[in-house]
Amino acid sequence: MSQSFDVVVIGAGPAGYVCSIRAAQNGLKTACVDNWKSLDGKHAFGGTCLNAGCIPSKALLESSEMFHKTQHEFAAHGINVGNPHMDVAVMQARKAKIVSNLTGGIAALFKSNNVTGIRGTARLLKNGNVEVTAFDDPKQKEILEAKHIVLATGSEPVELKIAPFDRKDIVDSWGALEFANSPKRLGVIGGGVIGLELGSVWQRLGSQVTILEAMDNFLFMADQQIGQAAAREFKKQELDIRLGAKVTGTDKGKAGISVHYEDKDGKHDIVVDKLIVAVGRRPATSNLLEEGTGVKLDQRGFIQVDEECHTGIKNIWAIGDCVRGPMLAHKGSEEGVMVADLMAGKVAEMNYEVIPSIIYTWPEIAWVGKTEEELKKQGIKYKAGSFPFAANGRAKAMEAATGMVKILAHADTDEILGVHILGPMASEMIAEAVLAMEFRASAEDIQRTIHAHPTLSEAMHEASLAVDKHAIHAINR
Amino acid sequence: MSIEIKVPQLPESIPDATLVSWHKQAGDAVKRDENLVDIETDKVVLECPAPVDGVLKEIRIQGGATVTAGQVIAILEPGVVAAEKSATALTASSKPPAAVINETATTLTKSSAATVSTPASRSDMPLSPSVRRLVEEHQLDPAKIQGSGLDGRLTKGDVLEYINKGGELPASTGSVTQPAQSDAKAATSMTRAVSDNRENRRVPMTRMRARIAQRLSESQASTVMLTSFNEVDLSKVMELRTRYKDKFEKQQGIKLGFMSFFVKAVVEALKRYPVVNASSDGNDIIYHDYWDISVAVSTPRGLVTPVLRDADQMSFAEIEKSLTDMASRARDGKITLEELTGGTFTITNGGVFGSLFSTPIINPPQSGILGMHAIKERAVVVDGQVVVRPMMYIAITYDHRIVDGREAVLFLVSIKEQLEDPARLLLQI
Repeated sequence: MSQSFDVVVIGAGPAGYVCSIRAAQNGLKTACVDNWKSLDGKHAFGGTCLNAGCIPSKALLESSEMFHKTQHEFAAHGINVGNPHMDVAVMQARKAKIVSNLTGGIAALFKSNNVTGIRGTARLLKNGNVEVTAFDDPKQKEILEAKHIVLATGSEPVELKIAPFDRKDIVDSWGALEFANSPKRLGVIGGGVIGLELGSVWQRLGSQVTILEAMDNFLFMADQQIGQAAAREFKKQELDIRLGAKVTGTDKGKAGISVHYEDKDGKHDIVVDKLIVAVGRRPATSNLLEEGTGVKLDQRGFIQVDEECHTGIKNIWAIGDCVRGPMLAHKGSEEGVMVADLMAGKVAEMNYEVIPSIIYTWPEIAWVGKTEEELKKQGIKYKAGSFPFAANGRAKAMEAATGMVKILAHADTDEILGVHILGPMASEMIAEAVLAMEFRASAEDIQRTIHAHPTLSEAMHEASLAVDKHAIHAINR
Repeated sequence: MSIEIKVPQLPESIPDATLVSWHKQAGDAVKRDENLVDIETDKVVLECPAPVDGVLKEIRIQGGATVTAGQVIAILEPGVVAAEKSATALTASSKPPAAVINETATTLTKSSAATVSTPASRSDMPLSPSVRRLVEEHQLDPAKIQGSGLDGRLTKGDVLEYINKGGELPASTGSVTQPAQSDAKAATSMTRAVSDNRENRRVPMTRMRARIAQRLSESQASTVMLTSFNEVDLSKVMELRTRYKDKFEKQQGIKLGFMSFFVKAVVEALKRYPVVNASSDGNDIIYHDYWDISVAVSTPRGLVTPVLRDADQMSFAEIEKSLTDMASRARDGKITLEELTGGTFTITNGGVFGSLFSTPIINPPQSGILGMHAIKERAVVVDGQVVVRPMMYIAITYDHRIVDGREAVLFLVSIKEQLEDPARLLLQI
């Protein structure tokens, strides 16, 4: 049995499904093949982002943060609720509903845009066709012919040999989202974005969390001033983050899981009830390509592509987490849009320089562009200005006066080179910076743009003034 | 206050020059930097731009005359005539250029220094707040500054760089229209004589445009194209349309246009001269026993040719409906690749844009294309009498490698005969 399309997209995560919808809107006959299996065995579109990543984690972060507020913030407002209790089952049910709502939404979008959604596992054959093994029946195979093929198979969590997943007590990020109760003692290997977010969730719900990060710097990819300020905040929240801690082995016993690690002070052990391994993700390309397709993988398994996401084999493209670049949903989505436009003969390009990164802890961390360290390393002359939320009226009214906005601008041209935010709603505030940087705005452009009062965004305004040592609401040093 | 327009400084060792031709007449409004007249020397042709906006009050020396450097050739009355005021106000008070050919330009600059500077208004590209501030502070003309930002916008850095460089363009932009022997030194001293605001916008072709360009080049390179013409008296067709258009629209649900008549006439003619419907492939001629007519449609992104498949089996209404549907989908970018490929013969209508007479290019691998043009009432002779008829020139461009003149000409005659007597469309003769 064989069907023929203009475009076949393999993977229905944020890169794949967006590419499919855009391709269909461009008039191309499109199919999107996906094999995600939910915990209940059913199929769902949306990939890691909707099912086991972005969305469920944000739902849990929201619920847990709200619970945290009842215990730590309500009193300041004069609200007395006694001893609030967390019903984890209800929290999980809410999350599951949101996920199913959104994944069902993708199926609906496919339908309304005439994208043929196919439930199955796809493989690129060397003759250029796509072989699909049906989701419900591994013996049922069909061949898809396509003029263009887009590989968007995403990524999967890296597993450690010294702490292999057992889906119960030693879990990956997906497993960490599904705990039925908050573990008493929770260990997290990996203090990056995912480890921090997941650790935060359960810590707010009562777990004693220990995060073991192998690097000596906390959040090494972020601006260090922000990183260190964040570390201080997390310490205040009693999130135990141990840096320079390299895990050497684990043992499971009756008392729990023993985690052995080494740091500059020597060898240590901790015992936890559950262990999350969040040391990174690797591209999911292992069974994707038949021998001889000509599509090249690098030594880490990423599909090699040029700046237009073209693999080098005619009409075969790759986007999202399975190719180079930050493993971010919005990066995958925009690559999907670019490729869908290129396939339709339009002009399209991606700007990789201005992609925002966000960590949804509390306080949130968000940044776009270069860090101070990167500018120093590249020898670029810059000036910096920052403004603390402690001096921002809205933040104070929100009981959230923590963190700062920091803007880095070129010393000569004043062009904004990087913006870094630690604080409330950093995830939303960063959008102003991204837009400004797309238009190559200067710090002065932000200075001369009216920001409403009272808002958190005024901190961006003041930070831009601080770049030139003209902040109104802070002492300029 | 009037300005004397003088012959610019001539390149070294050239005693005199010829005033070639005036681009403007006395009384015309002129804009700053607009070329007023070409001045030709042995080596180069120079332009003489207007130093400011205004009206060319008087031309003192006519075209063809010999002139010498510094000679007054016209009088310009400065004044705001065009809609854009701000550019003038700003430039007038900007720093005087280094090499000056017209003292009057300097005089003008000085006298306008007292002009109250108006805030920089938006030019084509909106200016960001910091750029606006710099432009106002330094009395700059944004149009003179190279923008490196998104879509060519000015960034603060662009403006700062411009200011740091003294607010001038580098001397080498002095442009001459005909560098027979480019005299570099002359070019430098000529900098101020020519417009210093020439910008070339390099825009990469869209993929679609590039593809169209490539296909047309290939068509031209691989076929031997020749065009033959004829004319059609469309009075009988128009009469038919007028008589039945309301009924047609009511009963068939679509307007009765011209295309259905042409498609039907074309299909009949193709049946009679099948080689025009064929394609060439190496040393073979491939005859097609089907008639898929491509119809050229203009879209914002370029020309596309949706195909009417088996046009011989389509009725007038079906042809009109299909064309309307495909044309609107093509314009919205919603047409599929399948609908655009194939086709054994093409019809293109330049008449919708007003073309009277043209030589269309063949769409490979087809061997012929019919060009329709504008319908114009013309005086023609019928039975010895001069009458007014709505006439259309029709053209067939054919691939002479497989189609001979005889077939092409007779093909066109057949179309003419069918359209001039529409009963023949019905009877297929």
